[in-house]
Amino acid sequence: MSKIMEGLLYSESHEWVKVEDGLAVIGVSDFAQKEMGEITYVDMPEVDDEIGKGETFGALESVKAASDLYSPVSGVVVEVNEELQDAPEKVNEDAFENWIIKVRMNDEGELADLMDAAAYKAMIGE
Amino acid sequence: MIMSEILENGQLSKTCLYEKHVALGAKMSPFAGFMMPIQYSSIVEEHNAVRGKVGMFDVSHMGEIFIEGPEAEAFINHIFTNEIRGFEPGKVLYGMMCYPDGGVVDDLLVYREFEPEHFLLVVNAANIAKDHEWILAQAALNPATGKPYDCRIDNASDSWGQIAVQGPDAEKTVVEVLGLKGAAELGFYTFYDAEINGKRLIVSRTGYTGEDGFELYATPEETVRLWDELLAAGVVPCGLGCRDTLRFEAGLPLYGDELSAEISPVMAGLGMFCKYDKDFIGKDALLRQKAEGVARKLVGIEIEDKAIPRAGYPVELEDGTSVGVVTTGYHSISLDRSICFALVDSRFAALETPLWIRIRKRVFPGKVVKKRFYQTNYKK
Repeated sequence: MSKIMEGLLYSESHEWVKVEDGLAVIGVSDFAQKEMGEITYVDMPEVDDEIGKGETFGALESVKAASDLYSPVSGVVVEVNEELQDAPEKVNEDAFENWIIKVRMNDEGELADLMDAAAYKAMIGE
Repeated sequence: MIMSEILENGQLSKTCLYEKHVALGAKMSPFAGFMMPIQYSSIVEEHNAVRGKVGMFDVSHMGEIFIEGPEAEAFINHIFTNEIRGFEPGKVLYGMMCYPDGGVVDDLLVYREFEPEHFLLVVNAANIAKDHEWILAQAALNPATGKPYDCRIDNASDSWGQIAVQGPDAEKTVVEVLGLKGAAELGFYTFYDAEINGKRLIVSRTGYTGEDGFELYATPEETVRLWDELLAAGVVPCGLGCRDTLRFEAGLPLYGDELSAEISPVMAGLGMFCKYDKDFIGKDALLRQKAEGVARKLVGIEIEDKAIPRAGYPVELEDGTSVGVVTTGYHSISLDRSICFALVDSRFAALETPLWIRIRKRVFPGKVVKKRFYQTNYKK
């Protein structure tokens, strides 16, 4: 049973979004980190990179496989979680606490396409 | 071995230990036509158990083909790249079977048994049917006599299970837990016949991890018994996930990735397992490759980043010209380095040659390094 945080928005590709001070804080769900297993590397974009909704902005790597990260919104990267560069396993420890990037959104209306916690819970079948 | 059972969810076989894996909560996945355990706890923990103490693997999916008869040795020497004449009973030899063009049918172990003209060939699970057909076809004609080779070929893969016990404590484990006292006397790449409940048990000091270890071949029933005894003694069950990280670090090839119908032993840097002072299928092509050079060679590459070069990623020059492709890669668990095997244009295969690997949107600089990334710890 994986943890699902109330009040966040979720994508079908298992990213979560928290809107904070007008920025979209983006991470991956607890379900996703469990599926991946031990995360050994987080491939992140650079600050000022423009990313499109649904486009890959990085990847999580486990021993065995790489999983692309898809941006739930479009916008400009304003911050990346540098901590994860040296300690990628933090995503396993707490996938909600350890966000990956913060994005200044082009269009907050895109958030309407995401799921709430209940809908996401139903999607992963837990 | 296989129970040749078809799972309901597809055309997959189970090994005799399938129920054990499920009961242990292993993450199961199809591999080479079998439902196999990828990991039980974590790939890193299992990998470290083998490097540091001892772990065990279900490798019952591997194939066992017995060949015996007056011309068994002559026949095997005809299809096998390595030299089995003069190699003594109780010894194990690694090599390949090649096509006439030098491409590889499979890489395998040949065991010379204690009875004259008796041999066991241990082949990759994915290739059992193909190898068996290939061997039967080649046996139909002895070029020296114009007649079939006088030998019997028995694909006994369904009747054998296999457990690999690997790691620095492997000897202590098989001697003390399983009571296999003879194991302590074995040198690397030798075996002896033991018995378990009146059935044959082959104890072989071989493996695919870069550590000391044993491969135990037994009937399916006795394989389950051995597994339970080892598990009860605290031996860590290890899945195919760490089998791959371990063999990769030790510089060992995997058929399909580093050897194939398109990747010859010469290209893979395994020419030392081909003996040219005898005749074997593929010899002329391999000699030509040696003399004229090959277009592509297998190399090791290390990149200066924690990003992971994975199979299929392009290898490039600084100007973006593609010169090859990654065949296997990891962020090495034992070495904490991002390393891979890659098949590259031979002009860029020399040690220290700078090469770049494209990983998603970025390109990472690296250089050619030795393929044996990890210092192996075999029994002398």
